[in-house]
Amino acid sequence: MAKQSNEAFFWLLFSAGGVVAALLIPVQLFLFAVAFPLGWLQAPSFDHLMSLVRLPLVRVYLFVLCSLPLFHWAHRFRYTLYDGLKVKHLTGLIFILCYGGAVLGTVIATYLLWTL
Amino acid sequence: MPAVNQETTKGVTSYTPFHPRWYRPHVSVYWWLGEWHYLKFILRELSSVFVAVFVIETLFLLRALRHSPEAYAHFQQCMGNPLLIGLNIVSLFFVVFHTITWFNLAPSAMPVRVRGKRLPEVLVAAPSYVAWAVVSGFVCWLVLR
Repeated sequence: MAKQSNEAFFWLLFSAGGVVAALLIPVQLFLFAVAFPLGWLQAPSFDHLMSLVRLPLVRVYLFVLCSLPLFHWAHRFRYTLYDGLKVKHLTGLIFILCYGGAVLGTVIATYLLWTL
Repeated sequence: MPAVNQETTKGVTSYTPFHPRWYRPHVSVYWWLGEWHYLKFILRELSSVFVAVFVIETLFLLRALRHSPEAYAHFQQCMGNPLLIGLNIVSLFFVVFHTITWFNLAPSAMPVRVRGKRLPEVLVAAPSYVAWAVVSGFVCWLVLR
């Protein structure tokens, strides 16, 4: 019997993360990493951000925003290293580093959002 | 080995083990630099790195919010670093590139048929762009309120 592959599971995480990254990251990045630091727009106050972050739905949003795109990254970066740089012989190590990074980011996001 | 060689030089056909050799053309590590299509593919894949960088920045923002108003002010000061702003402007181009390529891929990955006929790709991709605009507008409204 053929060995069952986990590829579908990782691919699902990849595509869910791709959708989240496509919809949410551009606006988040534009606001928090470009427009606010450059002073194009007035950055929100600490209190305003805290009032948002205290809402359970916003926490779920932030969890999804942090976690799924990391799994999207893990999938793409893994295959870029395999095919782009042709390092197929390090498959196991690359897999652990990529998905380990995504899991670590998810754990940190969970901890931060849980204790906020 | 020498015995076989002697026999072949004499013209006597003898058994030689068959070693198939695969035809494997050498592909350079930089195979994706030559052609725009390949380069576009690699750039699209690399956009995920910028996505990950921004997630890390978001985690730092959450850490600052969790800590104190002073930590948030310090976070904002760090984000004002010209090098970081430069990186983030590059990131913005990459993530928008990801969004466009992602939405434009959907019609090929998921062809929509109406009465047996395939809808034009533009019509399948369009709702994604509408959703993108709505979601972006909503996030802006929520944060800038």
